Amino acid sequence: MGAEPTAHTQASLPDEEEALLRALDLSFDYGHGSVLRDVALTVRAGEFVALVGPNGSGKSTLLKVLLGALPPGSGRVELLGRVPGDVRDRWRVGYVPQRPSLLSEVPATVEEIVSAGRLRQRGWWRGLTGSDREAVHHAIESVGLGTLAGRPLNELSIGQQQRAFIARAFAGEPALLVLDEPIAGVDAESQRRFRDSLVHLIRAHGAGVLLVSHELAAVADVIDRVVVLKERVVFDGSPEELAARGVSLGVHREDLPLWLEDLG
Amino acid sequence: MIGTLPIPYPFESAEAQRALVACLAVGVFAPMIGAFLVQKRLSLVGDGIAHVAFAGVGAGLLVGVWPVWTALVFAMIGAIGVEMLRLKRKAAGDLALALFFYVGIAMGAVFASRAGDLELETLPYLFGDPYAVTWTGVATVGALGVIVVVSMRLAGRALFAVVTDEDWSRVAGLPVGVLSMALAALTAGVIVAGMRIVGILLIAAMMVLPVASAQLVSRSFRGTLRLAVAIGAVSSLLGLTIARPLDLAPGGSIVFVAAALFAAVALAKRTAPRALQQEAH
Ligand SMILES: Nc1ncnc2c1ncn2[C@@H]1O[C@H](COP(=O)(O)OP(=O)(O)OP(=O)(O)O)[C@@H](O)[C@H]1O
Ligand SMILES: [Mg+2]
Repeated sequence: MGAEPTAHTQASLPDEEEALLRALDLSFDYGHGSVLRDVALTVRAGEFVALVGPNGSGKSTLLKVLLGALPPGSGRVELLGRVPGDVRDRWRVGYVPQRPSLLSEVPATVEEIVSAGRLRQRGWWRGLTGSDREAVHHAIESVGLGTLAGRPLNELSIGQQQRAFIARAFAGEPALLVLDEPIAGVDAESQRRFRDSLVHLIRAHGAGVLLVSHELAAVADVIDRVVVLKERVVFDGSPEELAARGVSLGVHREDLPLWLEDLG
Repeated sequence: MIGTLPIPYPFESAEAQRALVACLAVGVFAPMIGAFLVQKRLSLVGDGIAHVAFAGVGAGLLVGVWPVWTALVFAMIGAIGVEMLRLKRKAAGDLALALFFYVGIAMGAVFASRAGDLELETLPYLFGDPYAVTWTGVATVGALGVIVVVSMRLAGRALFAVVTDEDWSRVAGLPVGVLSMALAALTAGVIVAGMRIVGILLIAAMMVLPVASAQLVSRSFRGTLRLAVAIGAVSSLLGLTIARPLDLAPGGSIVFVAAALFAAVALAKRTAPRALQQEAH
């Protein structure tokens, strides 16, 4: 079966050193039954990987383990070539959590939130430079929030807030972007912008992208690999390989998740 | 040590001027730290740490050490302990904190009663006494102020990120543990410094009330922080000004003014939301 996950994670691959993110034989549980089992996954520089699967299949959990926010039960994780806890240049990783723990009690503007994405570039104790501010403004523009930059987050709609969190991840000009359903509740126009920003990051900066989403329509044409997770990886391959299994990112654009969930 | 400045009544005497400086310091530095606690949704943690500081006061009275030192030790341990419990997610939030703090106040009462006259000895700590602040006391508060301001300059942005979105900050590689501990230590420092000035029972109010007022009208975190500091300073000045002629407890009247300002701002915002919003732009 061409869908065997190991096909893409063999250690002998020539471009191995370019792997931004690697997981091998990864297992995890929260203490009541297995959530991830023997998961293998690789994201290389310049690669766009879509991670899909039904609700509760372990996608968000996998991202948290990969980023070191949760300890792996067993198996190995390498983030930028190191164990997540040892990664020194973490600012090269951009992350959009599925449901941000952010709840602003005190008003905080879009700009203030997005600026946090630049804190690690030169050291968090230093002030922001002109180029930091430029990157922040550019990130805000790229999600179409330019006119709302000075508005407090809690005065924005849910979709606009979500775009602010995307901008926060973009602001750091990351080498690896890990996005957990960033475009849920985001309108079509903004999804197109989002796609263009991702394409720019990949093509111009050689970034790697790992995107969890139930809505792949907007990005279907730029996906290099699709990984279908259901506690295990049940498919890992190119859109062409997926087409050979009867699911086409083009044809099934609109109802793709349903088709993918039927795999395995 | 320093000559008396020519300021009219009620600040004509050296002791009244020291009281003014001390109260202004509380008005400025307490909300500066408080803004981060409010953003972290831990508005009441200041009160809790103050309770633990009271146990320290009792312990100091009991063993015959200057109670400010023991209060500082207890408050630091309490603040950092609470933060560690929270970070490890071991505490069932509220309940564990409540337990921690009740034990603090009970310990304080028991220690102090063993040491002698409970009311007489503990009253200046419970309600504060700015007129009793010495030049050394003023210098200590000034030093703490410098530490707070330098910490804010260096870590303010990172601290904002951590209190606003802790999980994201951890993934982003910010030193969440270190910064949280630093905030806890600063909180303890401000509480113990303010304890002799506005009192254990009221210092936490000065961390929260000015921030509560400021966030009603301000539309950014930075703006809230600045406005809260201004409101805190004004509360101290007004509170202390009315306290002496009316023979009121200074700590109480300062907090009372801060609360009155909050009520006024809330009321003004209700009746004229449009005007206020435009003004804040
Ligand atoms: N904090 C937690 N504690 C205990 N169990 C959890 C926790 N978070 C998730 N789980 C469990 O782990 C499993 C995987 O959850 P996860 O959030 O990773 O799924 P998901 O694929 O991201 O789903 P969705 O599409 O809804 O976002 C679920 O069965 C869930 O109940
Ligand atoms: Mg999820």
